[in-house]
Amino acid sequence: MNLKRLGVPAVIAVTAAIALSSCASNEGGAAPSESASTLSGNLVGAGASSQDAAQQSWIAGFQTANPDVTVDYDPSGSGAGRETFLEGASNFAGSDRAFKDEELAAGGFKKCAADSTIVELPLYISPIAVIFNVEGVDSLDLDAATVAGIFAGTITNWNDPAIAATNPDATLPDLAITPVHRSDDSGTTENFTEYLGAAAADVWTWEADGVWPLEGGEAAQGTSGLVDAVSNGNGTIGYADASRAGDLGTVSIKVGDEFVPYSPEAAAAIVDHSPFAEGRAEGDLAIDIDRTSEEAGVYPIVLVSYLIACGQYEDPANVDLVKGYLSYIASPEGQDTAAADAGSAPISDSLREKITAAIDSIK
Amino acid sequence: MTIQTTQAPETGVAIANSLTAGRLPKSAPWTILVAAIAVSAAVFAVVSFGSGSGYNWGGALFVGALLYIPAIWLFSTLVEGRRRAMDRLVTALVTGAFLLAMIPLVSLGITVVTLGAARFDADFFSMSMRNVTGEGGGIVHAIVGTLLMTGAAAVISIPIGLMTSIYLVEYGRGRLARGVTFLVDVMTGIPSIVAGLFAYSLFAIFLGPGTRTGIAGAVALSLLMIPVVVRSSEEMLRLVPNELREAAFALGVPKWLTIVKVVLPTSIAGITTGVMLSIARVIGETAPLLIAAGFTASVNYNLFDGRMQSLPVFVYTQYANQGNPPQAYLDRAWAAALTLILIVMALNLIARLVARFFAPKFGR
Amino acid sequence: MTSAPAPIKAKLRIGDLVFSRSAVFAGSMILVTLAAVAVFLIVQSIPAVVATTEDASILKTNFWDYVGPLVFGTVWAAALALLVALPISIGIALFISHYAPRRLASVLGYVVDLLAAVPSVVFGLWGIGVFAPALVDAYAWLNEYLGWIPLFSGTPSATGRTILTAALVLAVMVLPIMTAICREVFLQTPVLHEEAALALGATRWEMIRTAVLPFGRSGIISASVLGLGRALGETMAVAMVLSASPVITFQLLTSVNPNTIAANIALSFPEAYGLNVNVLIATGLILFVVTFAVNAFARWIVSRRKEFSGAN
Repeated sequence: MNLKRLGVPAVIAVTAAIALSSCASNEGGAAPSESASTLSGNLVGAGASSQDAAQQSWIAGFQTANPDVTVDYDPSGSGAGRETFLEGASNFAGSDRAFKDEELAAGGFKKCAADSTIVELPLYISPIAVIFNVEGVDSLDLDAATVAGIFAGTITNWNDPAIAATNPDATLPDLAITPVHRSDDSGTTENFTEYLGAAAADVWTWEADGVWPLEGGEAAQGTSGLVDAVSNGNGTIGYADASRAGDLGTVSIKVGDEFVPYSPEAAAAIVDHSPFAEGRAEGDLAIDIDRTSEEAGVYPIVLVSYLIACGQYEDPANVDLVKGYLSYIASPEGQDTAAADAGSAPISDSLREKITAAIDSIK
Repeated sequence: MTIQTTQAPETGVAIANSLTAGRLPKSAPWTILVAAIAVSAAVFAVVSFGSGSGYNWGGALFVGALLYIPAIWLFSTLVEGRRRAMDRLVTALVTGAFLLAMIPLVSLGITVVTLGAARFDADFFSMSMRNVTGEGGGIVHAIVGTLLMTGAAAVISIPIGLMTSIYLVEYGRGRLARGVTFLVDVMTGIPSIVAGLFAYSLFAIFLGPGTRTGIAGAVALSLLMIPVVVRSSEEMLRLVPNELREAAFALGVPKWLTIVKVVLPTSIAGITTGVMLSIARVIGETAPLLIAAGFTASVNYNLFDGRMQSLPVFVYTQYANQGNPPQAYLDRAWAAALTLILIVMALNLIARLVARFFAPKFGR
Repeated sequence: MTSAPAPIKAKLRIGDLVFSRSAVFAGSMILVTLAAVAVFLIVQSIPAVVATTEDASILKTNFWDYVGPLVFGTVWAAALALLVALPISIGIALFISHYAPRRLASVLGYVVDLLAAVPSVVFGLWGIGVFAPALVDAYAWLNEYLGWIPLFSGTPSATGRTILTAALVLAVMVLPIMTAICREVFLQTPVLHEEAALALGATRWEMIRTAVLPFGRSGIISASVLGLGRALGETMAVAMVLSASPVITFQLLTSVNPNTIAANIALSFPEAYGLNVNVLIATGLILFVVTFAVNAFARWIVSRRKEFSGAN
């Protein structure tokens, strides 16, 4: 009697598993592939959660084209992704920042050949929108100093003259500003604070950090939590991946003499106008984003996320798979899927050339 | 305690029936409740008229119900005396506590059902998320994972938990028993996320870093489940009257048979409730599974190889890593939450039937 | 009958032996498991406790400054939650066991059990989307009229995502498990005791006070301990609902709230690497210790009341 009861959940689980095993209609099934891909095997990647939505669509596209391949991407976070890659537990990593020079010098990438360099590819570019929820206001023009003032807590009301000065046409209410920041450690926060520090150094005196540097203020978990907090509040302002801005009001940022709203093109443009980091190996395309650029039509608050692989793998078994996957991501098709599903900015053709060359060099 | 014939009516009001003397009429609580709500509604009407804001029905009802509590106490004290007034007050408070708790619970239920219904369709139960982006897709992989991992956790923890509680109640003497009681207490304090970290690190030691498997998730869950099973079963076993045990011993029944045939059946309803609660407790755990079992978009039947998706992790990842369009992800999250609750409801029903089938018949 | 009876010796039965041995084995398994968890936690924590900001980027100064506000937030939120949940859950349990009509009672009990199954993520979603926005006005009202009480002072939050909201969500989350245990114990009150009380002329409340509550006291305490354990360790719901900062404050209604240990682990772990992971595991150890201290305290109370235990 005792045993019977103990077994109930297990029996249910087994029965249900058997019953369910026949009906995952989109799984398995030798989908006849016209291209007769020769690639097969498992590819494991881990890293930045910001890339997750894009990775899902890349994986879907790549697996459809190569039915014998399974790609897993674990959005465990940039730091964990870099560490997993370093330890050799993943074939490639996704990271919101490139490896630092000293980390590269220390070396010890276990999946890579002994004297191999690593390949870092800026394949995921995403504009960060400054979003707000104020009734009757759909968009605002702000300069970097004002944005920094709002988030630093020195500008506390929507009818502040600093905001009114650049928005003569908007009807700004007498309402307290509630700035919302991310409560978790994130690449979005790091890029946003880096921008504030570079473009409004007088107001924003904190260093760029993945953890919000100020004490106090409204905090929310993850992009979704932040967007929810901004949309559920009144007089709230925050920053999030542009694809998630939805119906919320967004800020056009002052670059040079004009105000630029976020757009994929403007985000890709700032990457093209920024120099590559110096002293890097061939194929290491780390970028130093020029946050203070005054070029026309660039949007300076972007998050550039890298895909990181070995220049030369210790074990050649997975090389074709890695190259195939990265090539798919870099292809116009891959970039467009990500743009549709994740709202990222497709890379420009000039950047694609350099990336393709770097992928070809992997061995 | 209904006969009060000795007290002569001092007010001069004629008493129709001596049995109901000094008592509020049966309809009194309802009358007072309606009156209290009417008063509060009037006050709210004045306030909303004065401030020009909309009429707050919820607030009026709530304040009215609050007003009822002192009102019934006051009336009852005047008419029935202190003891009965206390009784009425507690009745009002207890019922009020129940209704108060129902507010968030009903709100939660309505939210889950209405938002979950959007994607509660055939596709949802016939597809996994493999190669699905944007709209569409389903939760077959998550259901399989949840059932397998929770099932494995139950297989590990119910025998251990039940035997431990039997040990504590029936055999436990001396230092070991005290130690185990103490450690079960400590175990209830293991934060779920720490259980996940532990299971992950344990399997990482043997199978290499970055290993995430279903069985690691099951181990993490059983760490959380065992103390709940022990605690609740122990409580129920202790409630079995000693007379039953002594009667069995007196008839020459061996101790183990006494436990299996007398003690366990007597407490089976409570133990089953405890076990179901422990399953309910772990089936919704997110944090440890996120760390120990990871997640995937494909179906995985093998507990010992590869990542495994589960329903709560599915809900979390759909919410946290929304793609485009976000609404599709949110709909999937809510529908999965609804599914999870329905699964637990089914398990619960089965357990109740089992308990009713095996439990000896009591008077109450 | 004339000769002295031989001393009765208990027969050693195989069944008894197997059963008692497996019971002891199960008990020992708990010892082993916990030892493993404890060793794991302590070994992982040692490097973190002595770390400074140079070793682990997550620390501003040293480990103890980091963990202080978190411990405060954890205990504060859980205490608030228990303060709300305990009387209500006893009330619900009494309602189901002694007040509601019998037929209705079993259905209600079932409904409450079900709610134990709502995953914490869903509480989080509900908290941030439905509950917190609904409380904004109430908080503004409390702040305006009761602002002179330090608890309600400060600028009320515009989103409602405060420590009080988190504590209320926690209270709702622990209600089902606490109610279920209380109810089960109340139902076990010997019918004879209850009837005896009623026969002596007790009102229903007096019967409950004299027969049901004393009988169920250890059950109530068990329920509180389980509820508190869950409230202390609850992760996702708090992480999603609470607007957290590394501060210590008693103000209930502002945007600036102390974080809890578990929520902080959930927030920081995904991006943690190197020694930061150890720091987070060490905070987990602290949580472990805090919960344990609370449990030990509750055990102590139960043991003091042992003289009145219904069955044995």
